[in-house]
Amino acid sequence: MMPPDKGWPPDKGWMVEAHGIHKYFGHNHVLQGIDLKVSKGEVVVIVGPSGSGKSTFLRTINHLDAPDEGWVRIDGALLGYRSGNAGQVAVSDATLSEQRRQIGMVFQQFNLFSHMTALENVMSGPVRVLRTNRTQAGEAARGLLALVGLEDKAASYPDQLSGGQQQRVAIARALAMHPKVMLFDEPTSSLDPEMVHEVLQVMLDLSRQGMTMIIVTHEIQFANKAADRILFMDSGMIIEEGTPAELVNNPRNERTQKFLRLVTGGL
Amino acid sequence: MWDWEAFFHYLHSLYLIKGAGISLALSIGAMIIGLACGLLAALMRMSRHKLIRQPASFYVWLFRGTPVLVQLIIIYTGLPQLGITLGVIPSALIGLGVNEGAYLAEIIRAGISAVPRGQFEAARAIGMTRTTTLRVVVMPQALRIIIPPLGNAFNGLMKTSSLASVISMDELLRRTELLIQVQFKVLEIFIVAALYYLLLTTLWGLVQHRLEAHFSRSVTASDRSRDKAPPLQLNEVALSHDAT
Repeated sequence: MMPPDKGWPPDKGWMVEAHGIHKYFGHNHVLQGIDLKVSKGEVVVIVGPSGSGKSTFLRTINHLDAPDEGWVRIDGALLGYRSGNAGQVAVSDATLSEQRRQIGMVFQQFNLFSHMTALENVMSGPVRVLRTNRTQAGEAARGLLALVGLEDKAASYPDQLSGGQQQRVAIARALAMHPKVMLFDEPTSSLDPEMVHEVLQVMLDLSRQGMTMIIVTHEIQFANKAADRILFMDSGMIIEEGTPAELVNNPRNERTQKFLRLVTGGL
Repeated sequence: MWDWEAFFHYLHSLYLIKGAGISLALSIGAMIIGLACGLLAALMRMSRHKLIRQPASFYVWLFRGTPVLVQLIIIYTGLPQLGITLGVIPSALIGLGVNEGAYLAEIIRAGISAVPRGQFEAARAIGMTRTTTLRVVVMPQALRIIIPPLGNAFNGLMKTSSLASVISMDELLRRTELLIQVQFKVLEIFIVAALYYLLLTTLWGLVQHRLEAHFSRSVTASDRSRDKAPPLQLNEVALSHDAT
């Protein structure tokens, strides 16, 4: 009889470990076997042309889109599946939800709950998921709003905030769950240019405080400054990876070179 | 000949007033059953699994495609033939409620569908279960969209409830008819009954207005932010036009 854990090699202490991730949308093979290992406190930036599968890959990490093949481990714990007699068995919705708490996610469209104030948004996770009492959660939420520079916007509804402010509240909302990892899905792509900086600044602060982060972005300057490692993705695969110095200043792959010329405005 | 005296006499007839109360209670009961059936059917129709979606679609198709009067008669008069005997009140409640549910299912589904997908994903990403997401994030936003048509549905239901008189449910219309059989003041008594229905729907209109105001809270929040922009001054426009 096969040992139940046969498919999963021993945990080597990675904070995020994605192995052999495949994803299909109909006949479209959008992720074609992606491996990624991220250590604690590391900042990984994923760049690549649109349609290359970056966002989809990010969404498989917290199983917003469950991978069709492959698996994800967060801090050593397998996400979404457990070992059963017949191999992988999907866990219940409640268990998956519990596992997701440790993964914060920030979206391109902010996705603040539109019927809640900024403060209620930040409190929503602790109160509704962790069952923290409202007073305590409220205090913590005010602290987080202060951290992202929005303590005076606690009572504002999302539609009264600018894009940059909404995105900072969204970051605070994710942080309220004390995640081990933060995923950023093009966090500045919907922002007016003058608001990009305020969001990137918050992210830079976070990375300096040792948060493990995986970021999909087109902001090459930011990647250069904040990333420990940059991955270049195209056609559902990781084409090239390296430190910012290696990848941005000295890309080896032709597709990477072409992409970087395009995003940095060169011809 | 119109008999004013009879009209005013029946206008404060306790018998008819009680009948109106029964009609209201029947409508509320049927609405509660309808909401339960409607919510269940709406959620089922949004499922990924065909086996869950199809029974709900069948339910909506069946009950929206046949007259509620026929449904009431089948439940009360037809079902005993299969050994299922329901009293008048359960028959009326179930008949009106289950029928209403088929309509409410569509209203509720439209409301839930109108909530952007990102709201659902954000809730899932902070670790809310499907049920919590629905309760805390999706339904409160869907309610803003659902409440107005839901209010109209209840208005309709209060009038449709008169059909239950056909299966001898002791409500306003039935009492009206019984009264006419002994008093012969046909027009006067029917007009009184109509006025009572009008009173019920009018009062409900007031309640509905307050409910809508309550559930559109964050919509008014956006109105407030829009108010911050100074209104366009017509005379300014005129002046600048003169200057050129």
